[in-house]
Amino acid sequence: MEVKLSVRRYDPESTNTVPHFQEYQLEMDEAATVLDALIQIREDVDGTLSLRCSCRSAICGSCAMRVNGEAGLACNTKVIDALPSDGTAIVIEPAGNLPVIKDLVVDFQPFWDQVKSIEPWLQPAGEEPEGEYLAPDEDMLHLAGVVSCILCGACVSDCTVLEVDSNFLGPAALAKAYRFVGDPRDDADGKRLKALNEEGGVWDCTRCMKCVEVCPKGVAPMDRIMSLREKVMDAGHTNTNGARHATAFVDSVRHSGWLDELKLPIKSFGIFNLKAMISLIPLAIRSQRAGKVPPLIHKNIPEVENVRRIFDKVENKK
Amino acid sequence: MKYAFYPGCVSRGACPELYTATLEVCNILGIELDEDSLRSASCTGAGVLQEKNLRLGDTLNARTFAMAEKAGLPLMTICSTCQGVMSQANQRLVSDPEYLASINEDLKEEGLEYKGTINPKHLLWIIVEDLGMDFFHSKVVRKLEGLKLAPFYGCYIVRPTEALGFDENPERETSLEAVIEAVGAEVVDFPGKTLCCGFPILTINPKNSVKMVANHTIDAKDRGADAMVTPCPLCHLNLDGYQPNASSAAKRDIDLPIIHLPQLVGLSLGIAPEKMRLNKHIVSTKKLLSELAVAP
Repeated sequence: MEVKLSVRRYDPESTNTVPHFQEYQLEMDEAATVLDALIQIREDVDGTLSLRCSCRSAICGSCAMRVNGEAGLACNTKVIDALPSDGTAIVIEPAGNLPVIKDLVVDFQPFWDQVKSIEPWLQPAGEEPEGEYLAPDEDMLHLAGVVSCILCGACVSDCTVLEVDSNFLGPAALAKAYRFVGDPRDDADGKRLKALNEEGGVWDCTRCMKCVEVCPKGVAPMDRIMSLREKVMDAGHTNTNGARHATAFVDSVRHSGWLDELKLPIKSFGIFNLKAMISLIPLAIRSQRAGKVPPLIHKNIPEVENVRRIFDKVENKK
Repeated sequence: MKYAFYPGCVSRGACPELYTATLEVCNILGIELDEDSLRSASCTGAGVLQEKNLRLGDTLNARTFAMAEKAGLPLMTICSTCQGVMSQANQRLVSDPEYLASINEDLKEEGLEYKGTINPKHLLWIIVEDLGMDFFHSKVVRKLEGLKLAPFYGCYIVRPTEALGFDENPERETSLEAVIEAVGAEVVDFPGKTLCCGFPILTINPKNSVKMVANHTIDAKDRGADAMVTPCPLCHLNLDGYQPNASSAAKRDIDLPIIHLPQLVGLSLGIAPEKMRLNKHIVSTKKLLSELAVAP
């Protein structure tokens, strides 16, 4: 099968230091992976192409990169699946949100710094047991997905928040944080949740689900971040815009059955947050002028008592 | 074709123009909207309520589905976020009969039971799948030739693909482009079209949120877009309402109108712009409409 690949090249030490795309044409077997194709280029066509890889079996996590604009492992992406239907080339780029060292090789230092900052080791309290630290199977089951993380960085590559804010802890580190907060043998939850409540922590995620979609191992980092938000609030950290936003949202639905768009921003910032209140004024004026203001009197939906009853019933189960 | 209409909070709140445009468009396309059967349906939870209590969100959405089921009608939404949250809830409910039965226990008192037969659908998908592009083409009376439009989907109508049925309905992936082309406009493709608009963190991290608005609108503009079109009112609120902030943060003019999907469809169906409140946007559509030779 004939395959075209367009690979993003960058070499700070060459004569052309401007990143550019280079096209390669190969003859590949139908079972070939994108990694097979890249290795063939390096071995047979162009020895200057740099990439990272090791196990070729989606275990080591070395070959995360963007294929047709989306992060994934080159070794478990088949060429035949990646071929655009219009006959154009498969576009190969390095992972995003990390500095490119050369071609498809990125600098993982920011990634490791994020993971290290959540203290990814077990911190049990009390006396050391004679044998192992034991945990019942059923208490560990919910961690089965998250311990599958191979630290490949696909989620970090495509995180929409990291794209605008390098201070964000990012999906990989936050999923790792959940792995320890959710471990029954770990006793540092208080400290961990307090840190995760800070700026750059759990509340900065936009819930765009990119990380869930690109993760090759089903770790679902965003779902872990949502669980951490719940745990952060349950631990009593409610004095953030994020916690106030979630609480105000839920209260609005409980009370009226739907969202009170006027109250939500006010309650999220906190009515006594004068600076934020003032920052809302220009938008309020713009919206008023355009006739884009929600009804001033927020009416309840019909038969709202049924919604409230469901809230009482389900919340009691928790 | 008749649907139980789920308008969502935003079209009844800060985006009344979306509601109006939808009614106008559906009228011409022969989509009959039943506004009664879901009148007492609640908010989907928008993913925020799910942060606090997933089961609560699933119960509220099962309640809405049960109401549509009772009316014997398919369910139509006009919000990407509602679409995604409903599809995800539905997947959990339908794939686990035991879970569904336990959720139904809490709906009993109201005389409701969800049997698992609802397949919530955005107007965008209804146009492409239920009406079909041939029929839609036949309804277009005003080709918007020369207009360059950047699509902006909203996260919840593109991810997770599994819950949204992309495998069974691969045309969903490019449905917005299909509509843009059908109305005679040109698609301005850009990588941001399936990324986050920043709305969910608007009150949590306004700086990041505004940066996202700036990145997407500037990128689309630089690629030649005259306007952006979105099936998500939340994306509209942020990309339109906060574009002035994005413009000052990026220190440059952007001036990219953000059009709701039904407004675009309506223009091609010959509906007057003011009937769809196209004059009620933060970023003015005046220049755009005058270029199209449609009086604002």
